[in-house]
Amino acid sequence: MKLLVCIKQVPDMESRFKPNGSGTWFDEADLAWRMNEYDEYAVEEAVRLREQLGESAELTVLSIGPDRVVEAIKKALAMGADRAVHIQDPAVADKDPWQIASIIVAHAREQQYDLIFTGMQSQDRGSAQVGVLVAEQLGLSCATTLVGFSYENGIVTAKRELEGGIKGVARLRLPALVTCQLGLNVPRYPTLPNIMKAKKKEIAALPVDGLLAEPAVAVTTSFHPPAKKGGGVVLEGEVGVLVDKVIGILKEKTAILR
Amino acid sequence: MKSLLIGEYREGRLLDTTYELIGFAGQLGAESAMLLVGSDSQLPAFNGTIYLADAGVCGEYNPDLHKQLILEVVGKLNPDCIVFMHTSYGWDLAPRVAAALKCAQISEIVAITDNGFEVGCCNAKMRRTVRSATGRTVLTIQAGAFPVAGREGTPCVEQLTTAVTSTLEFVGYEPAEAKDVDLAKADVIVTAGRGVGKKENVPVIQALAKALGGELGASRPVVDAGWVDHSHQVGTTGQTVSPKLYIACGVSGAIQHLAGMKKSDFIVAINKDKDAPIGEVADLLVVADVMQFVPALTAKLQ
Repeated sequence: MKLLVCIKQVPDMESRFKPNGSGTWFDEADLAWRMNEYDEYAVEEAVRLREQLGESAELTVLSIGPDRVVEAIKKALAMGADRAVHIQDPAVADKDPWQIASIIVAHAREQQYDLIFTGMQSQDRGSAQVGVLVAEQLGLSCATTLVGFSYENGIVTAKRELEGGIKGVARLRLPALVTCQLGLNVPRYPTLPNIMKAKKKEIAALPVDGLLAEPAVAVTTSFHPPAKKGGGVVLEGEVGVLVDKVIGILKEKTAILR
Repeated sequence: MKSLLIGEYREGRLLDTTYELIGFAGQLGAESAMLLVGSDSQLPAFNGTIYLADAGVCGEYNPDLHKQLILEVVGKLNPDCIVFMHTSYGWDLAPRVAAALKCAQISEIVAITDNGFEVGCCNAKMRRTVRSATGRTVLTIQAGAFPVAGREGTPCVEQLTTAVTSTLEFVGYEPAEAKDVDLAKADVIVTAGRGVGKKENVPVIQALAKALGGELGASRPVVDAGWVDHSHQVGTTGQTVSPKLYIACGVSGAIQHLAGMKKSDFIVAINKDKDAPIGEVADLLVVADVMQFVPALTAKLQ
């Protein structure tokens, strides 16, 4: 059985984001990069299934981007993926979800994966489109927002997270694609021996040029901070002084402190 | 401009967010029709045509079939945009429709501007303006971002039927877990976010809650990490609260969290990131390290 997990490398969300030269995305200078959080759950679930199936399964991890994304790929390999595909694209940030999906599809169509895992969305772009677009273009059965996953005899049982704490349960026949929500599992930390073992695993590098034939369908015209809504007071300074100020404000504005 | 709005039912009930779709179409100045997979016993007040398929026959979650119904109505109406709520139903179904129509999708719209649609990015800290490069566009809108339409009008109903074989079988719903903590009744909620750093620090937040006679709340990452039980979770997938005082400690302010607490009477946020989106709803933002500020505040209150 052939398994694929698609991951994205994103900046740490605690970063301060500034527009880049074209004003349509963030400036990448001084950012720390990590694996998209949703994708960590996808990798963990894929590795668990790989372990359940044993040697009859092979798990490939795929990422698109410049050379820096190899770091995220290595983490997935250290978590337990067998091999990797790095689709080299220095301009990945300029691609829309339609194009990203098309690149994955061009690779996956040849490889005939039985089951594909993705995060439900990226933390930076947050479109929640790529996984579903890949499934639709490949004609795969698809369920999104998984907080529960099990697999037996060619059938995936997917527990989807709905609003208000309700879950929806669905069964999917393979080939299929699932998108993973936070809390689906507890992603493992790679151990040192597994990090060492991962160094020997294959990372196939493919230039994006051979895989992308689609033009963009959506165009970003501006990247900017949200308009500040007035009203809120911002306090900064030494902790002791802040505490006194906050207690003063709470006494004045709420009935909780007298 | 013509729009097709995709309303939403769950367990036989029309979801209220359907009126946000109508509100959005109003702001867009679009002439609209609606498609519902629901029942004629629960129709929204709406001035326009509703294409209605019976959820009893079609199923409430059957994406292949719902997609087919939407494509049939798109064929009849030729709308410029197809609009979903950005909910577990909408974000699941919208890209399927966009893929079939080979058109752009713009996700989780928070505002309409002259240059296109405004959407959040980078964990809601930043915004992008996006426009479609295709003649038709699929849109999903953020819950709570647009005004709810007045409940006026009587729809003209057209029944739809279709049959599609699917590789997905919907088994059923699982109810939400029983709450052993009813946050809705608390006057004060002090919430631990990821910024508290580790599980061992949660008692520090709990101590502040106790000093104020309140309850402990938790953001999603803290619950997912197992630091605090799910019964304390505030947000779209947890509890919706509106206490007299809400103190968010190290909570960045994901939209799902804000939706669950922004109606609180007075909101204090403690965060070392001045740009964290929690600042958008906070009456008072204290820029400080949670683990330094909170113990000092608790000590002073005791």
